Amino acid sequence: MTSKRIVLHFPQRLVNQPIVSDLVRRYGLEFSILKAYVTPDEEGLLVLEITGTQQACEQGQEYLASVGVSVQPLSQDVLRNDERCTHCGACIPLCPTGALSVVRPEMTIKFDNEKCIACELCIKACPTRAMELHF
Amino acid sequence: MPKTIQEINERISKGNAVVLTAEEIIDLVDEKGVDKAAEEVDVVTTGTFGPMCSSGAYINTGHANPRIKMGGGKVTLNDIPAHAGLAAVDLYIGATAIPDDDPRNKNYPGEFSYGGGHLIHDLVAGEDIRLVATAYGTDCYPRKKLETLINIKDLNEAVLFNPRNAYQNYNCAVNASGKAIYTYMGTLKANLGNANYCSAGQLSPLLNDPLYKTIGIGTRIFLGGGRGYVVWQGTQHDPGVARADNGTPLAPAGTLAVMGDLKQMKPEWLVGASFQGYGATLTVSLGIPIPILNADICRHVAVKDEDLYAPIIDYSDSYPNCKPGSLGKVSYAELKSGSITVNGREVPTASLSSYSKAKEIAGILKGWIKEGSFLLTEPLGALPGADSGYAFTSLPMREIE
Repeated sequence: MTSKRIVLHFPQRLVNQPIVSDLVRRYGLEFSILKAYVTPDEEGLLVLEITGTQQACEQGQEYLASVGVSVQPLSQDVLRNDERCTHCGACIPLCPTGALSVVRPEMTIKFDNEKCIACELCIKACPTRAMELHF
Repeated sequence: MPKTIQEINERISKGNAVVLTAEEIIDLVDEKGVDKAAEEVDVVTTGTFGPMCSSGAYINTGHANPRIKMGGGKVTLNDIPAHAGLAAVDLYIGATAIPDDDPRNKNYPGEFSYGGGHLIHDLVAGEDIRLVATAYGTDCYPRKKLETLINIKDLNEAVLFNPRNAYQNYNCAVNASGKAIYTYMGTLKANLGNANYCSAGQLSPLLNDPLYKTIGIGTRIFLGGGRGYVVWQGTQHDPGVARADNGTPLAPAGTLAVMGDLKQMKPEWLVGASFQGYGATLTVSLGIPIPILNADICRHVAVKDEDLYAPIIDYSDSYPNCKPGSLGKVSYAELKSGSITVNGREVPTASLSSYSKAKEIAGILKGWIKEGSFLLTEPLGALPGADSGYAFTSLPMREIE
């Protein structure tokens, strides 16, 4: 069994289609929704963690792409602009997964992409706007 | 044997001064004792890098042809209103100024993505800035409208002039209410969800010279990546607060007014900041050298995070409503550990001031002194001290008839 975090973009025409349930029906994948919203121009954004066999995960992602959903690995989503980060720590209490953490005793701030669920709480809480959302 | 600043400067000029950061001196004093360390060390460098709202810059743009008297008119720089209540082409940019069309907190909590602090950063970074001015026109200054790009390299003067920086200690902010609040101390989660603090602790300039024995008016400092000066006590200077046995204040106390030539500062050391729901500001870098003239001064610079205390203040009620009292005090060592105990609960902590950058600043200043390019100054005047009676008072509000 393997788990993958993926970011799905649904074009407007697919927003009302029951596509995610096909992942369960056709490929036996389990999923949990980490984030979902409809953008102002009515495209859907869904961040999923899918769990299943390696093969099922790959087939499920291929299926999503075949019906017109764009699929990206989640790690591409929130990035830190290292030139802007001042290593203060204002983000630390807001990060729910520990993706942002303090390295002691240096007191620098570490960002671990792997742990990030793209909840975006750090984005506006960062005083220098060093945390950036990339789609 | 006590030293003088003149003797220390001679050693700096010859390249053989012994300089340590306020972190390094701690180990030396632990190892050799205060007296021995005071003999061996000439200078200890401090640093801090945090958001400081009472900051700004004045510029002189030079005169357009025909001339315009911006004084008394309206001026924006990258849409940020500049203070134009000065002479014809002198302007002051405040760190917290925001564009007139910024939505502010109408869509709560507001983002405040570009303000005066960001403008100062862009100016220092050498970017062109849009200046738009309207004026009433006079016989000697006939122009009524001006739209032009300006650049720091063409300005006659560009001077960082901050009325209040380098707070000597600060509050640890918590939120005891049932909903999240958005403050200048960052986002504070409901029900004591986090505790935010803002001081470099054992590296912070005024915590290393708690009784202002060496830092005074005229002290040359590291400011914004360049060199600046302490020019006065800062606004809200409050030296008379309660102090620990080591002389350090147990609440926000002394402050500094500082200035320096913006043209030689660096954008990475003056960074615009946005506090969600609160506003825009400027993150200022500041470092002060402390001459080790005697053992007493050496004892003070060896202060450790575990001996420095911040009061825990509820920003949902005590702070906004000026209610005295705190939820206790906590040491900077505890704050830096990642969690503290408030009202019997474990509360995660976060800093708004960058300790790692403060360390870098102290290190850069140490390098300048060691290479002989930064000499120490004798203060021209003292800051009001702990027993001076100088105090920060609240506004006595009076009815307007």
